Amino acid sequence: MRGHAFWISLGAILAAGLALPLALHNDYYFNALYVILQGAIMAVAWNILGGYTGYVNFGSAAFFAVGAYTSIALGKAFGPSLPLPLMIAAAALVCGLIGLSLGYLTLRLKGVYFSIATLAMAIVFETLINNWSYVGGARGAYILTPDSHLWFDSYIEMLFVLMLLLTLAAVAISRALNASRLGRGLAAIRDDEVAAECAGVPTLRLKLASAAIMGALMGVAGAPYPYFVTFVDPASAFSLFVAVNAIAMPMIGGTAHWIGPIVGALLVGTMQQVITVTVSSELNVLLVGGMLILFVTLAPQGLVGLALKFRARRAR
Amino acid sequence: MLSLDLFANAVAAGILLGGFYAAVAIGLAVSFGQLDIVNIAHPAFIVAGSYIAWALNRHLGLDPVLIGLLASPLFFLAGALVYRVYYAAFERTGQESLSGLAFFFGLMFVIEVVLILAYGVDYRLVTADYIGRSIRFADIELPLRLLVPFAVALALTGGIWLYLGRTFTGRAILAVAQDRLALQLMGADPVRVKQLAFGLAIATAAVAGALLVVIGPVEPSLGRAYIGRAFAIVVLGGMGSIGGMFIAALMLGVVESLVATFVGPSWSPAVSFGVLLLTLAIRPSGLYGRK
Repeated sequence: MRGHAFWISLGAILAAGLALPLALHNDYYFNALYVILQGAIMAVAWNILGGYTGYVNFGSAAFFAVGAYTSIALGKAFGPSLPLPLMIAAAALVCGLIGLSLGYLTLRLKGVYFSIATLAMAIVFETLINNWSYVGGARGAYILTPDSHLWFDSYIEMLFVLMLLLTLAAVAISRALNASRLGRGLAAIRDDEVAAECAGVPTLRLKLASAAIMGALMGVAGAPYPYFVTFVDPASAFSLFVAVNAIAMPMIGGTAHWIGPIVGALLVGTMQQVITVTVSSELNVLLVGGMLILFVTLAPQGLVGLALKFRARRAR
Repeated sequence: MLSLDLFANAVAAGILLGGFYAAVAIGLAVSFGQLDIVNIAHPAFIVAGSYIAWALNRHLGLDPVLIGLLASPLFFLAGALVYRVYYAAFERTGQESLSGLAFFFGLMFVIEVVLILAYGVDYRLVTADYIGRSIRFADIELPLRLLVPFAVALALTGGIWLYLGRTFTGRAILAVAQDRLALQLMGADPVRVKQLAFGLAIATAAVAGALLVVIGPVEPSLGRAYIGRAFAIVVLGGMGSIGGMFIAALMLGVVESLVATFVGPSWSPAVSFGVLLLTLAIRPSGLYGRK
């Protein structure tokens, strides 16, 4: 996608999102869209490290939950009048630092150790939050949503537009990374790290940068979550489902291209919303796991990879 | 207040628990330590083993450990099958790092959700006449529900250790870990050897699962807490070394038990992961690593 076309379509999507509250009046749709967009940010963030460099992060739920708990802690400390963008920025900072320090500890080792360490980190943070009574501990915390919701009819409509804005920002960042010098360095790491190092690519620095950006974006996805659900406990915030979705969506969509995670997130997210309503939420959990296995074994390039292959075959 | 009595009991319970952790980690020591297959679904297989032990114990009244042993051939076949898929889809094409990890992650998730769909999220427990009794040794109380798994785990670890070191096929497994090409030049098929080894690794999960449900009640997502423990033990033990793995398991058991007694049980899940992160940061080759 060329530069202009990309920015014009981002603008068009944002305009459509702003206009949507005029057309839809049922809050359910905004709830569903919020969940889909949240999954999209997580998928885009995961792909910045997982897809671009090949380092698999299993601990996405930890970044997400720390983002959510940053909002809760700030809300407790300064009152609920603290503006949401400030909390999002704080969550980005905290989770970016966590990504950076985790990367500093483990990104010099083989990729496998990084993956296991992310699993470890998720449990360590869950234990910390479980034992931190200020933010509710294991019992969880109730959050009061502020009364004001700008010019929107309801709070959830405002959250939806906010989430849309964040998603578009994440996509823009991801695309910029994919196309930039940094992105080419990351791709070199994915293909052959030793060769990249020998060719003068500062591999550790690039990996640390993408780990920090990934963490920050996941924190951003988690920060508004307390205001969306109004009750957060460690079990739901650290849910494995968040982590599985963050991996499954890019893997299903395709990891090598920036649009892959978006395709995967929209497809899987929409499907999950439909199945949750029509069948049951357990089934859609099973389905995501099954689809993840099917795609990684049979179509490791994901849907985008399949589409590119199909186009190449037609061109011949 | 630090009482010697409490301390001695905590250490004793920790050693028994550590022995059981060795049974949890032995499969991973083979699949991850020897074969370089990062099977994060291993604890999920263990929980599946627990559910088989629970179901047969409830319906037929069989002893859970016996069920574990009986179920292990089934698990062996499942493991061999999983390796076949893994080999064909990832190892042959050199994609084990990204796609292979995601594959096992998905597998873990599917096992967990299938168990939830089949049996719900309630805690399940087994009955056997040794559960609930304990023997006293001076001031130290040794509950049989920990002592029996400890003994079985000791036998299991010892058996695998003997098998790998003393038998022809066991040595072939060690050889495939060291130099796959050399094994091929000797006329053995590395894929078949690895398939056998991976099947064996999963077969131990059936026994470990039975022990898990003897020690305490089980629910489908329990496996997650054991991912960190198992990997911490294998990494701390120095990847390939079975002896190092056993010592690491005992150490982790004792530290966890001390933390649970003197700091609080809600902190003990973080112990293994703390140990793992520290090992990775300070000495990634583990206690008994070759380098």
